[in-house]
Amino acid sequence: MNSTYWSWDTFSEALPIVLKGLGITVGLTITSFLFALIFGFVWTFLRRIRNKPLNWIITWVMEFIRSTPPLVQLFFIYYAWPMIPGIGVTLSPFTSAVIGLGIHFSTYIGEIYRSGIEAVDKGQWEAAKALNFSTVDKWRRIILPQALPPTIPMLGNYFIIMFKEVPLASTIGVAGILLMANTYGAQNWAYLEPLTIVGIIFLLLSYPSAILIKKLEIKMNTRFDKKATLENTKKGAVM
Amino acid sequence: MVEPIVKYRNVHKAFGDFKVLKGIDLDIFPAEKIAVIGPSGSGKTTIIRMLMTLEEPTSGDIIVDGTNLWKMEKNGELIRANEKHLRDVRGDIGMVFQHFNLFPHMTILENCMSAPIHVKKEDKNEVRERAIQMLERVGLGDKLNNYPNQLSGGQKQRVAMARALVMRPKIMLFDEVTSALDPELVGEVLEVIRDIARNDDMAMVLVTHEMDFALDIADKVLFLDEGVIAEQGTASEVIEHSTNERLQTFLHRFRSV
Repeated sequence: MNSTYWSWDTFSEALPIVLKGLGITVGLTITSFLFALIFGFVWTFLRRIRNKPLNWIITWVMEFIRSTPPLVQLFFIYYAWPMIPGIGVTLSPFTSAVIGLGIHFSTYIGEIYRSGIEAVDKGQWEAAKALNFSTVDKWRRIILPQALPPTIPMLGNYFIIMFKEVPLASTIGVAGILLMANTYGAQNWAYLEPLTIVGIIFLLLSYPSAILIKKLEIKMNTRFDKKATLENTKKGAVM
Repeated sequence: MVEPIVKYRNVHKAFGDFKVLKGIDLDIFPAEKIAVIGPSGSGKTTIIRMLMTLEEPTSGDIIVDGTNLWKMEKNGELIRANEKHLRDVRGDIGMVFQHFNLFPHMTILENCMSAPIHVKKEDKNEVRERAIQMLERVGLGDKLNNYPNQLSGGQKQRVAMARALVMRPKIMLFDEVTSALDPELVGEVLEVIRDIARNDDMAMVLVTHEMDFALDIADKVLFLDEGVIAEQGTASEVIEHSTNERLQTFLHRFRSV
């Protein structure tokens, strides 16, 4: 009677089908994240423009995006946007998901960039000025190389969070592992096994990533010390 | 008659309600070594920070090589300078900071090479050679590939000076460059400044608490008090012959510590 609840046959039958969606799930995560990384910069730099009304608008747009559920945003982009006369465009489910999740997460990522930039010592800006760097070179060679590396662990955490939000895209028809599992479940009236598989896949991918990020965080916190220690060790070896 | 390379004319600076500088008039001549002394909070640092474009004067003019630093002409009118104008005018000015402000993500050598290559667009090999020479001059020829955090404060400050010198400024500003150092490291930094003062023909403005040192190398000493230049002249004029009471009190306090 046990087999009523759990069947290894169903499990092995569902596994390859669910795994077919893995490429889409991972691909959507990576594409949306890249979109968010780039769009995050847009927010960060828009907010740095010294213009009160513009700052006010940007702040509220970001607040609006963060305060509404990503699922609603996905539905809006996929179902509602095409109906807006003039600017409405019909997008594929995948593209809609990239834009929806990408923009939603870009508002958080923009904040991470901002915290990284604000953590750069004021003296660095002054030295850049004293050496007469152009605005572009100042950002490229002095500020960002110091501001961004410490944000990598935080960005990594958002990558995992985003990975776990990607199944939302199944609601607009992106055929990732969740939609595959659901479809299999509906066809065979067996949801337990395929959905368990989905859970296991997420666990198997998220958990090692989280550990990796933890390690990265420790490495980042000690990155300049490390160079020093290495250098000293080398010297010690020579002497 | 040699023209001053920098002229301050009736320069005022306030931070909010607090008036730091109340009408500064000052000429800096090419190759002149100026020491700025005075009690803390008297506005010494602000004087040179305005020249480096790190602080904007509240009113008055600073003229660098004949060009108004903080104002530019547009349609026959003087308006507030934009970043491009500031960049054009401050190119010949270099600065060394109290807290060194080395770039932590670059090696010592890269710290010294970055600006000449990317700002002045000079030839990389030529810059490398000059940077190495300069680092050897300040006694750090064996640290080229180290990172700033591997150095002592005194070493960092010497790198900062090399970094500024590689840019070949006409005017070098020193903002309390020994104040953040452990006492035993002050000497090595002062030695480098003395070497620069003797052998280089750039103008130098030193804001400092190292009174004896300042008086030793300076052609001109400014005593800044309550936002104005209360006394100026050669070291001996200021120290021995000034009748300014507050200056005497200030010097006395220094000597007695």
